[in-house]
Amino acid sequence: MPWQATIEDDRFVRRSLTATATTMTPALPSAAPPLSQVPDTLGRFGRFGGRYVPETLSAALEQLEQAYNEAIADPAFASELDGLLSAFVGRPTPLLFAKRLTELAGGAQIYFKREDLSHTGAHKINNTLGQGLLALRMGKRRIIAETGAGQHGVATATACARFGLDCVVYMGAEDVRRQAPNVRNMRFMGAEVRPVESGSRTLRDAINEAMRDWMGSVETTHYIIGSVVGPHPFPRIVRDFQSVIGRETVEQCQRQLGRLPDTVVACVGGGSNAAGMFYPFVDHHDVRLVGVEAGGRSGKPGDHAASLSYGSPGILHGSLSYVLQDADGQTADVHSVSAGLDYPGVGPEHSYWRDAGRVEYTSVTDAEALDAFDLVAQREGILPALETSHALAWAMEEAGRRPPQEILVVCMSGRGDKDAAEIARLRGLSADGTVAPA
Amino acid sequence: MSASAPAASPSKVSVLADVFTTLRTQGRAALAPFVTAGDPEMETTLAVLESLDRAGASLCELGVPYSDPIADGPVIQSSYTRALAAGFTLERLFELSRQATQRVKMPILAMASYSLIYRRGIDRFVADAKAAGLTGFVVPDLPIEESDQLDAACRQAGLALVRLVTPTTPPERAEAIARKSTGFLYCVSVAGVTGARTDLPAGLIERVQWLRTKTDVPILVGFGISSPEQARAVAAVADGVIVGSAVVRHLADAANHPREAFLRGLEGYVGDLVAATAR
Repeated sequence: MPWQATIEDDRFVRRSLTATATTMTPALPSAAPPLSQVPDTLGRFGRFGGRYVPETLSAALEQLEQAYNEAIADPAFASELDGLLSAFVGRPTPLLFAKRLTELAGGAQIYFKREDLSHTGAHKINNTLGQGLLALRMGKRRIIAETGAGQHGVATATACARFGLDCVVYMGAEDVRRQAPNVRNMRFMGAEVRPVESGSRTLRDAINEAMRDWMGSVETTHYIIGSVVGPHPFPRIVRDFQSVIGRETVEQCQRQLGRLPDTVVACVGGGSNAAGMFYPFVDHHDVRLVGVEAGGRSGKPGDHAASLSYGSPGILHGSLSYVLQDADGQTADVHSVSAGLDYPGVGPEHSYWRDAGRVEYTSVTDAEALDAFDLVAQREGILPALETSHALAWAMEEAGRRPPQEILVVCMSGRGDKDAAEIARLRGLSADGTVAPA
Repeated sequence: MSASAPAASPSKVSVLADVFTTLRTQGRAALAPFVTAGDPEMETTLAVLESLDRAGASLCELGVPYSDPIADGPVIQSSYTRALAAGFTLERLFELSRQATQRVKMPILAMASYSLIYRRGIDRFVADAKAAGLTGFVVPDLPIEESDQLDAACRQAGLALVRLVTPTTPPERAEAIARKSTGFLYCVSVAGVTGARTDLPAGLIERVQWLRTKTDVPILVGFGISSPEQARAVAAVADGVIVGSAVVRHLADAANHPREAFLRGLEGYVGDLVAATAR
């Protein structure tokens, strides 16, 4: 297959990891530098990004940046990562035509980029394998991570088991409860899961606690951040490792459909699946890109987690980006039915794309996401993650408004097995999915 | 605004310099306690600041509660959480500072996350701090690469911007940080978050002595120091000692005691630390 030949060529991986505009010619000629030419050497995406961290972490971030730059210049690194993505993760993941959903929506053709078929059930593994290899290059044998939905925790535990690294995962106590299957699986793979009881006991608190661990362990420990957030160089590294999603999608659309899609949509919490999906498309200005945030219960403060829709520029977890915060800069409480989107910040590159007008950001409520979960389960035979269900809800609506010749690709970022018990609980169903006796 | 009055009041940086000169002539190191603003509430903070002043503290760091303090251990985190739950706001911080700086003689610096400073606007935050009589800032999450704007605003207002060096800071970088630091240099004793520790970290004394050869700015050591013995050992080589979590732990206990008894206990504890800083 032509795709197989391409992905096994390490020049392709190296070229695409460094992700220059030479690999993707902009569809429209323009005098301005391509949007893909970020971040700069200080980690700036326009005015966003940067590195706002305690001095204790500065040296480790320098070391990480250097290790990353050396790694992407090293053919052996690309070749090893590529081999793992192929044989361990199962890449490339397919691009699937969602036939019955398209019929129901009655408009544009809906396609799924099947990240849910990746090993461990979500896109998160693309990043943890890459960062795991970086940790090995830096000689760090202990890994820490935060997790919200548990997908990044599982992917980190998986990479650590594969590489023989010690693994500690911080997870908000509320998320430990609602994502129990992932907690169990992390422990099966030898990771230590530490529930975090502070604050709102969700993803934001897990990141705080992971950072505190790193403050005291930084010389022997690598922190595998799971999204395109945090201090430079994390937003860039995670985006680059996740960009395999968008590169494959570009290639598959051209090969299977003969052209690029009209619209690409992905859910946005911290924004890693969206960044990986969008990045290879940002210089193709005729492709519409849409990020879907967690609209929660309502648009009132505290009821949602839609930083780009309702937030303002601020600094959280080491970078400048849109943040849900009060007038003083105290981080706001947020809510989403989805543990992976339940975060008051967002990656700085999304803020850059938002302000540049390149990506549209919108939000979908808890109820709409749950409806989309049902619809996709019953009409396509796929249980999507609740995070992904947000993107699916918007895609269903939008497809109905677009003509049938248009192509709409949804990043199916993860599978929903982890959410099944929580969805049953929310609906008052018993564990076997039947109505619980009163 | 700060732009109109650069020469009207003496630079707070020189006020700090005078404090260190006086201490040197007395053969003492500075004792700089840290206290959270608004824990358990603002009125108590004001009384605590007066107690610290009476106990002989040379200067004070006033911790500004922030919702996501990644450099802080459990004691200060909990203190920030209590203060925020009790209704802390920046308006109240500046009001408290205005009252406190009129009542106490020790200089007060705000220890504030850059998240709060950025959100309010750098110039506005600095102007408000200056108007409230604060001496300067310690900003624990602002590395030198990101600090040009705040640095310029502080220099214009005559406020100190204290920088931090840590055990993980490479030597050349430590020198660069020391060159930028105004007021004093904060030498973090351990790689880790704030919180009392039993022993002084290995190599700390040597690190302070090395820093001493590289900079003339006063060096204060903080993180992990809680006992008079530790304070004495550090005071022998540094210009001062910062005690944070151990002081804040008293605040956690404030609700369980009559205010007078609680303040007396705190004053006694800080007084012992002050006594230990005599060389």
